[in-house]
Order: sequence, then C-alpha cells, then structure tokens
Amino acid sequence: MEGLNIPLNHILLVSSLLFSIGMLGLMIRRNIIFILMSLEVMLNSAALAFVAAGAHWGQPDGQVIFMLILTVAAAEVAVGLGLVLQVQRRFKTLDMDSANRMRG
Amino acid sequence: MADMIWLVPLIPLLSAIILMLGSAILPRLLIGLLGVGSVGLAALLTMLLGLEFLANPEPFQLSLWTWMQVGNFSPSIAFYFDGLTLVMMSVITGVGFLIHLFSTEFMEEDTSYARYFAYLNMFVAAMLVLVMADNLLLLYLGWEGVGVCSYLLVGFWYQDSANGQAARKAFVVTRIGDTAMALGLLLLFTELGTLDIQAMVGAANIEWQVGGTLPLIACLLLLGGAVGKSAQLPLHTWLPDAMAGPTPVSALIHAATMVTAGVYLIARTHGLFLLAPTAMMIVALVGLATLLMAAFTALMQTDIKRILAYSTISQIGYMFLALGVGAWTAGIFHLMTHAFFKALLFLGSGAIIHYLHHEHNIFKMGGLRTRMPVTFWSFMIGSAALAALPMTSGFFSKDQILLQAYQFSDIGPLLWFGGLLGALLTAIYSFRLVFVVFFGKANTEPEGDTGWRMAVPLITLCTLAMIGGYFIIPVADVFPVASGDHPAHWVEYVSISVPLLGVLLAYLIFQSRQLNVDRWVSSSVGQALRRFWLSGWGIDWLYDRAFVRPYYRISGLLKNEPIDAIYGLVVAINQTFNHWLVESQTGRMRWYVASMVLGLIVLLTLALQIPALQPTEGAS
Repeated sequence: MEGLNIPLNHILLVSSLLFSIGMLGLMIRRNIIFILMSLEVMLNSAALAFVAAGAHWGQPDGQVIFMLILTVAAAEVAVGLGLVLQVQRRFKTLDMDSANRMRG
Repeated sequence: MADMIWLVPLIPLLSAIILMLGSAILPRLLIGLLGVGSVGLAALLTMLLGLEFLANPEPFQLSLWTWMQVGNFSPSIAFYFDGLTLVMMSVITGVGFLIHLFSTEFMEEDTSYARYFAYLNMFVAAMLVLVMADNLLLLYLGWEGVGVCSYLLVGFWYQDSANGQAARKAFVVTRIGDTAMALGLLLLFTELGTLDIQAMVGAANIEWQVGGTLPLIACLLLLGGAVGKSAQLPLHTWLPDAMAGPTPVSALIHAATMVTAGVYLIARTHGLFLLAPTAMMIVALVGLATLLMAAFTALMQTDIKRILAYSTISQIGYMFLALGVGAWTAGIFHLMTHAFFKALLFLGSGAIIHYLHHEHNIFKMGGLRTRMPVTFWSFMIGSAALAALPMTSGFFSKDQILLQAYQFSDIGPLLWFGGLLGALLTAIYSFRLVFVVFFGKANTEPEGDTGWRMAVPLITLCTLAMIGGYFIIPVADVFPVASGDHPAHWVEYVSISVPLLGVLLAYLIFQSRQLNVDRWVSSSVGQALRRFWLSGWGIDWLYDRAFVRPYYRISGLLKNEPIDAIYGLVVAINQTFNHWLVESQTGRMRWYVASMVLGLIVLLTLALQIPALQPTEGAS
C-alpha cells in the first residue's frame, strides 16, 4: 500500500482521545450549543475509528458506515438546533441546568 | 283441627314481624294486645289441639312442603304431634302467655316496648318450631332461633356494655354445644340416611347394635348440644350471666322453656340413647354433678336472680339425671312442673325487683311479707314446690326421679343419695331466700304490690305449681314403660322427709337463728369455702384462664399479622430501593451521562478482567 503508513493503534488512540474529550465536554459544559458540539466530536471520533478499521482490513464497510454516521449527525444537528431555538425562546437561556424542569 | 297445627307457631311469628316493622308507629296498647294476644291465641289453639288429641290419642304428622332437595337429602317442613309435643307446646304457649301478660306491666315504662314483644314473640315461634319439628334439621332451625332470641333478649338493655357481654357469653358458650350437635346431625345423616326423627330412630334400631361405638358417638354429640343449651356442666357458665336480661325473659327463656330444650332433645331421641347405655350413664352423671355443683353455689349467692339461675341449673340437672336412668316420663314431668314453679319464682322476683327500685341483693330486701302479699304467697308456693315439699307439684316429679334413680343398675343408690343431698340443699337455699326476703325487718320500702297484670299470672302459676303434680302427661305411648316395681318403703320415706329437714334447717339458720353457724362461716376454711362456692366453684375463673385469656393473647399476636410481616418485608425492601433510585433521578443530564460513563468503565474493566469474556484467539 502506497503513501503514509500510520499504524492502526495510533489512529485508534486519537479516536479514543477525541471520544473522551467529547464526553468530558458533554459532562461538564452547561451551554446546549457546546453540548451539541461535544456530541459531534464524539460521533466523528467513532467515524474515524470506522474509517481506520476499514483501511486496515482493506474493506469498504468502514467508509459505508462513515457515510451513515455523517447522515445521522446531520439529522441530529437539525433536530438539536431546532430544540436549541425553542429552549432559547421559552427560557431565555441556553443553560441546561436552569432549563431543567424535571424533578426526580 | 289437626291440620291447623301450623298456625300455632305462625301466629306469634306474624305478630313478631308486625311488631318489628311497626315498632315506631304502633300505639302501646296495640303493641301489648298484639304481643300478648298472639301467644294467647296460640295457647288457645294448643288447648283445642290437646283436647282433640286426648280424645283420640293418635300421633300424626303434617308435612307442609319440601324445604330443600339436594341429592337424596330432602328435609321437609313437617310437624310431628304426639303426647310429648303436646306437653311441650302447652308449657310454651301456656306459661309463655302468662309471662307475656306479666311483661306488659313489668316493661310498662320501657322505651323499647315493641322491640321487647317482637323478640319475645319470635322466641315463642322458634321454640314451637323446635318442639314440633318432625326432622332434626327443622329442630335445629328452631334450636338456633331460640338461641338468637336469647341473645337478643339477654342483651336487651344494650346501653350497658355488661349486658352485651353477658349476651355474647350466652351465645358463644351455647354455640360450642351447638357445634357438637351439628356434627351429631351430620353423623346421623351419613350413617342412617335420614333426619326424620321417627324414621331415623327406626333405622338406628335396625342397623346399630346396643352398646356400639356409632350410637355412642352420635349420642354424645347430641348430648353436647343439650348440655350447652340446658346449661349443664361443663357449659353452664352462661346461664347465671344471662340474668342480665329483663326478669320475665329469664322466667320464659332461662327457666321455663329454652333451657329445657336439651332435655326435650334427649327425650325426643331416646330411641338412640337406649342404644348407647354408656351415653345414658354419662347423661346421668352430668346431671348429678351439675345439680350438686349448682345447689352448693345457689346456697351462697346474694343476688336474687342468680340464686334462681343456679337453682334452674340444678333442677335441669335432675331432669338429666332422670333421662340418664331412663325415667323419661319423670324427666319430662319434672320439666313441666319446673316450668310452672320456676316461672312463678322468676315472675315473683321480677315483681320484687320492679317495685323495689331494681334491687337485686336479697340482704337489702326483707320484711316484704306484709308489704307485697301476692308476691309473698307466690314465693311461698313456688319455693315449696321447688323444695319438693309434699303435695306440691315439685314433690311428685322429683320423687319419681329419685325413686327411679334408686332402681338404676349398679350405681343407682349412689345417684339416689346424690339427688337426695341436692334436694336437701334445694330446700335450704330456697327457704333461705324466702326467710331473708320476706321476713325480718324491712330494709327497702317497696312502691306497692303487684297490679292485676302481674297478679293474674302469679296466681295462675301458683295454682299450677300446687296442682301440677296431679296432671297425667299423655306420654305413655312415646316412651318405653318404666319398670313397675317399687323400691323399699324406707327409700320413699327418706325422699319425702329430706326436703322437710332442709326447710327446718333453713328456718333454724336464717329465721329463728337458734342454729348459729357464724363460727363456722367466719373460720378460715369456711371463708375459703364460701368464696369458692360463691364464685360457682371457680369454673368461670378456670375458663377465663384456660380459654379466654389464651385466646385473647393469641388474637393479640395475630392482630399484628405476623405472616403478613413477611410479605411486608418484601414491600419494604422494594420501597427502599425505590427511594434510592428516585434520589438518582435528578433531571440533571450531566449526572446521567457521568453515571453512564461510570457504568461503561465498570463493564469494560469487568470484560477485560474476567477470562470468560475475553475474545477467543481465532476471532481477531
């Protein structure tokens, strides 16, 4: 195989690093926009892992799944942003905790 | 005429229903007329029936309709009429009528006048069904009916909780006997296939051997019912407490009729008891033990009604003794005379209580002889008959019982001697009552003597108590003929003289005080004995310790539902977990995410640590 030959392990490391960053963001940010962005990062880290695995085994499946993830992410963002707009309109804030009406 | 027999119980029943429904609107005069009139009408019908029967003494059966039809079990509503039925019906309607009449004056000021007569009429109807029933199931219906009425009437003044307690005790204690009787009925039906008394006794005589086990068990179960209803040892404790009811009720139910239902039951099924000599022996011994126990207790009581109650228990003991030795006729005869003189005594005590400001203690009475002459003479005659002084009705019946007891095989003289001792005690306690209440100085002034509605029943019953001994009850065809031989003459002389001795003793102790017993009574043994007898031989105490308190303790334990606690534990655990989980449901998204991550880490760690979850070699 031509070109750069990055070992699979490195790519997976980067992918899990990205995933952890996304999850950390999800856990500690309050702003909904940032939460959505963290989600996006997590999705893409998973997609990266798929692509890397596909390249490693020389299979097209990884890229097929990447396309699927891309679609899911687009749909998710569309719904998510719609929700963000509604939250902003109703609560006049984007702070997740202050918009919380649920009490266990 | 004979076809009209069903009217006899129906009239009081209808009257009871009318009184129950119209208790709020009927005027008092009409209530009294209905209550007394219905029983009077029943008495009149009974008299006509009796006259017809005496002219042509042929027992007959009247089947009205089939009560129920279950497989081969088809009891019918049917009446059987023979000499025994006639005697019982006459006592119930005759004495019942007099007591109803007496009640109109006794209950004059009571607010629940209609309720009283409704219950009393219902009682008469149920009692008539009991004695007229052709099969044991219908008899059982009447048996329970009188039990209910007894309960209602003992607790008639229910505002006082002690009366309710007494009523409950009466109901529960007799229920123990009734359960035995129900079992006996079931046994008889499964073994003999019928509950019609005549057919059943016939079948038993064919299928069962004399002295066999089955007749013994059946008879003992029936005896259990009789013992409960007739207040014999060991189920007698309810009767003294049942005196909480109005006094005419005590006269009718707890002296003249209902408590003798057990005697009637045994007499009616005497064909079965003849097959079980052991059971008869037990009947005789129960009677003897009861009559002695109750006589000693009556000697110590101070409440006029309790004296009479224990005396009733004692006299029914004589009837049981008679039945046990096979003196059926004498037993039923004593039932009848006892109904006369004990109703008389109870009504007399009712008059005293009514006109003496509801005083029950005999030592607070005294000197009533001149102040209440009608009552005094009633009591004199009633006590003479109770003590079986010669020429009174009680003398004839009790004498027969004692003579026949003497002739009973083996233990006959022993039974006779016990009965004699009882007769002595009876004379002492009944005349103790007379001397203390009617002689001496007056402690409480009565409001007057009886009015005519009290005097007429008293005088009629006086007459009956005097001449009742000359009646010849038409039961010759019902019972097997007693042996004709007489015991030695000295037995008879002793039987006659013992009650006289008792009266003399009572006179010396309680009236002239020439015989001073104070020294004995005040000695420590005398005191202990007095307390022992006063408490009715401590039987109430014993039952309280043996049954009532353990029962309360067990129910106290069960009240908290120990079995339920196990299931309660499951619920409690679930609820605890639920609380914990509810706490975790904060609605904070970041906590959820954090816990998800935590869970993921735990699972991944486990997956890496546990060998079974490791990927196999070939998979990668």
